[in-house]
Amino acid sequence: MVANVQSILDEGIAALNATSDPVELENAKARYTGKEGAITALLKQLATLPPEEKKTFGATVNQAKQAFEAALAARREALAAEKLARQLAAEALDVTLPARGRGTGSLHPVTLVQQRIEALFRSVGFEVADGPEIETDFHNFEALNMPKDHPARAMQDTFYVEGGEVLRTHTSPIQVRYMLDHQPPIKIVAPGRVYRVDSDATHSPMFHQMEGLWVEEGVSFADLKSVVTDWLRNFFEDETLQVRFRPSFFPFTEPSAEVDVLGQRGWLEIGGCGMVHPNVLRNVNIDPERYTGFAFGFGLDRFAMLYYGVNDLRLFFENDLSFLGQFK
Amino acid sequence: MKFSEHWLRTWVNPELNSEALAHLLTMSGLEVEEVESAAPAFDNVFVAEVLSTTKHPDADRLNVCSVNVGEAEPLQIVCGAPNVKPGLKVPCARIGANLPGDFKIKRAKVRGVESFGMLCSGDELGIPDGVDGLLVLPADAPVGTPLRDYLNLDDQLFTIKLTPNRADCLSIKGVAREVAALTGAVVNAGATPPVPPQADDRRGIHLAAGSACPRYVGRVIRNVNQAAPTPDWMKQRLVRAGLRPISAIVDVTNYVLLELGQPLHAFDHGKLQGDITVRFAREGERITLLNDKEIALDSDMLVIADDSGPVALAGIMGGAHSAVEAGATDVFLESAYFAPEAIAGRARRLGFSSDASHRFERGVDFGESRDAIERATRLILDLCGGEPGPVVEAVEPLPARPPVSLRVSRVARVLGVALPEAHIVSILERLGLVVAADGDTLTVTPPSYRFDIQIEEDLIEEIARVYGYDNIPVGTSIARTPMLPQPGNARPKAALKHLLVARDYQEAVNYAFVEEQWEADFAGNGQPVKLLNPIASQMSVMRSTLFGGLVNSLKHNINRKQDRVRLFEMARVFHGKGAEQQPEKIAALAWGPREAEQWGIGRERVDFFDVKADIAALLAPRVASFERADHPALHPGRAATVLLDGQPIGVLGELHPKWVQAYELIHAPVLFELDVAALTKVDKARVEAVSKFQPVRRDLALIVDEARPAAEVQAVLQQAAASFVTEIALFDVYRGKGVAEEKKSLAFKVLMQDTHKTLTDEEVDAAVAKLIRQAEAAGATLRV
Repeated sequence: MVANVQSILDEGIAALNATSDPVELENAKARYTGKEGAITALLKQLATLPPEEKKTFGATVNQAKQAFEAALAARREALAAEKLARQLAAEALDVTLPARGRGTGSLHPVTLVQQRIEALFRSVGFEVADGPEIETDFHNFEALNMPKDHPARAMQDTFYVEGGEVLRTHTSPIQVRYMLDHQPPIKIVAPGRVYRVDSDATHSPMFHQMEGLWVEEGVSFADLKSVVTDWLRNFFEDETLQVRFRPSFFPFTEPSAEVDVLGQRGWLEIGGCGMVHPNVLRNVNIDPERYTGFAFGFGLDRFAMLYYGVNDLRLFFENDLSFLGQFK
Repeated sequence: MKFSEHWLRTWVNPELNSEALAHLLTMSGLEVEEVESAAPAFDNVFVAEVLSTTKHPDADRLNVCSVNVGEAEPLQIVCGAPNVKPGLKVPCARIGANLPGDFKIKRAKVRGVESFGMLCSGDELGIPDGVDGLLVLPADAPVGTPLRDYLNLDDQLFTIKLTPNRADCLSIKGVAREVAALTGAVVNAGATPPVPPQADDRRGIHLAAGSACPRYVGRVIRNVNQAAPTPDWMKQRLVRAGLRPISAIVDVTNYVLLELGQPLHAFDHGKLQGDITVRFAREGERITLLNDKEIALDSDMLVIADDSGPVALAGIMGGAHSAVEAGATDVFLESAYFAPEAIAGRARRLGFSSDASHRFERGVDFGESRDAIERATRLILDLCGGEPGPVVEAVEPLPARPPVSLRVSRVARVLGVALPEAHIVSILERLGLVVAADGDTLTVTPPSYRFDIQIEEDLIEEIARVYGYDNIPVGTSIARTPMLPQPGNARPKAALKHLLVARDYQEAVNYAFVEEQWEADFAGNGQPVKLLNPIASQMSVMRSTLFGGLVNSLKHNINRKQDRVRLFEMARVFHGKGAEQQPEKIAALAWGPREAEQWGIGRERVDFFDVKADIAALLAPRVASFERADHPALHPGRAATVLLDGQPIGVLGELHPKWVQAYELIHAPVLFELDVAALTKVDKARVEAVSKFQPVRRDLALIVDEARPAAEVQAVLQQAAASFVTEIALFDVYRGKGVAEEKKSLAFKVLMQDTHKTLTDEEVDAAVAKLIRQAEAAGATLRV
């Protein structure tokens, strides 16, 4: 009889383990521990046995029932695990498929360079200033010590609009406007579009400049050298960049200098600068005896060309997506 | 200014090689733009004489020549040049010579005949002379002399880019003076000894505009032989300065101009009538200039006139009538000083420039007039013969050179380096300035040729450049660096750009000047600000909208096969010329599929409402309202004015179909343009208490006329909303079954929440009922 119990149990566990889904498992379970089940039958049989047999056989059957239920629980877990595994396998993605949804655009290379330079100057206290692009003769020339018929006006071929105003030929009129509105200390950079009658691979009739101005008591040419050198070295991320200042002439600065940096192909002219001419300070009601200052100006487009290795300036104004898209 | 280094070194010869000299000039403000050799490198080329030629036995075009190169035995050389003939002096490259272009001369057989060298053309030596054939040398060229020496080919040509303030360096003499100041070398040349008159011919001179022309020196020279050749040394110096030799008289005037910086003019003495008067032009006067242009003279133009009227435009160009032409035997030479104010801008106004006007505009040394005329007389007599009359000079008060005060302490203040007074004095004196010291202050008097020294800073600049900008230390500024303000209610312009970039727009930059037609098409602007001198007709007016450029850029990209274009630009537009009429705008254009082509997303085209979301993002947290609008660029049914606080700040819409067709855009882009000023102000966020109570949501579907704007219905609901209504938002628009024709159903969600208590059903129902009542009063019906 005991041997019979063992064989029923073995059969039952085998039946459980043969199932492949919860329904089969419940059916198998019913066949053994259900109302009509084989193990249930053994328990029922127990009542018919004499007491001495009942004790030992009862223990055997109970053990068998517990073993069966343990096997049942294990099989349930196994089936659930298999099911989860199948589900997970079915849900697997091709993680190499491209991302979906909206892409991003990019800023114009001149803007990128402009923002980079603005950030460098802001970090040492220069504010960003701005001004109109159709300018009066006064702001663009007269106030900057370039009276009518001054030969220096020929250095900048000017666009005129009806009525005698000009398209600003440089960002320097922003200086003039700012100084008319503020008293020193003045520390600004002024980026913007400027215009000259010129057009080829290296000249555009509209281009971008940035102007810097620092007017305060005690600002000297030595400060000019240090600020401009520091900026260029930080911009190009080269602490040993060779920067030189070479005497030049601008009507609105004196002494004036051209700034060159040493590139792979020799010295490269990069901008102009100088100590603000006392006449300019007087024109904007700042006392040149008390205050000194320096100004510098340079072409942003040229910086963008150098920084990104672009050879043809015209690319900056064509807005070809295959060009613009490279500045992400 | 371009000149021969050899010529300069006859004036001043510092112990510096060409490169060091160029560097020194550049670093002191005379930027040497270029140093080029007079000829490329070659060697073993000598002056030779062709003794005889015989036809090559096997080649018609070749000659076998016997050539004297200055040795006992002549060389046999085969030559194919058409102009070879006995007696000719030509360059001969001997065996072992290296010619430009890595060409080595070896002993060779040419069609079986041995050749011991090569006779050379100008082209072969890199000194093109425009002649097809051998470079023909003068008959007196010494045979056997290295060609480089004979033609002075080791010379370097310096090109100096002079700033407008340094007109004093527009001559060999001026550059020599500068080199002497910088190096301490001595200037060799002095003034020309006066040439005594040999005749009594003279012409009267009257200065009728004394301050415009305070000095005029004239001289008649009779019986000059105009046909006399210009000597090679002079031609060479002229050519190397970029001038074309013309005739002896013209060449001499040009030579003296280059040498001394004094423009001279030679008139045909026989064609002048009566005395010379220097005066301003009179109403209606005209003159035909040497360049054959006939011009009407303005009353601010200075002229040289004789009894017949103007004969030259003073300081700019001579007249054609009195020009020295072939056959003229008597010349009248002019050496004058014209004030820069009387010359500046006039040539420019006439559309040309001349060597003379370039110099007079910037300032010619009024101390040089006499010396220049003596120098020119000497050269003309040497070259062309003739009998000079006396020098006639008319003079009025010349420009003053008032002394300039210089404080030694101010030098330190401006430059940031304290130079000893003795050092400063020495620099100024080397530059030819006269210095008198008085305590801290120096009194400095500039010479006649320095037009640019009028104030203290002019002197400080002179000191700085001669001391060397390189030697000024990098400063350690004492100035304080205050932090920059960062207003909490300002959004930087850069942030606007970054936002559009994050929303997949590409930044564009377009020209501010556009085709006039664009202004009409895209802005309905018939009166744009016009340029007087546009670079091209399609860039003739200033734009008042950024749309034209964006549409043009779209077209450019469509032509390059792009199927999706999203661009924006931030720039000023021009409604007028005043500063306040040039507001900054930000405009964008979206065209093609909503998203770039990709898997799992459809290819629907971007529409009005997609772009409206971009505007909402630019403005957030502020919220704009939109009103149907008419705009010349936009589809009349798909255009809106963007309003912020009731004020229009821009437009949004689909491009008008007629422009889609006219500009060949395939289908319509959606565009917007907004005022940047409206976008750079933001409200600081105001935080309210977060309610702990459950929100209640009710949905309302309201049927209204098709033409009824949703915003109007929303406004009605908003007005009727109870205080605890936290949000009313449209979430669906339905047309079709259950909704009559010409009607639409707008579905709104209504969120309600109180911060103090849970809302009761009664409160919610009453609030919803009020909403419905008001909506119905406004013409809507509840959809059930």
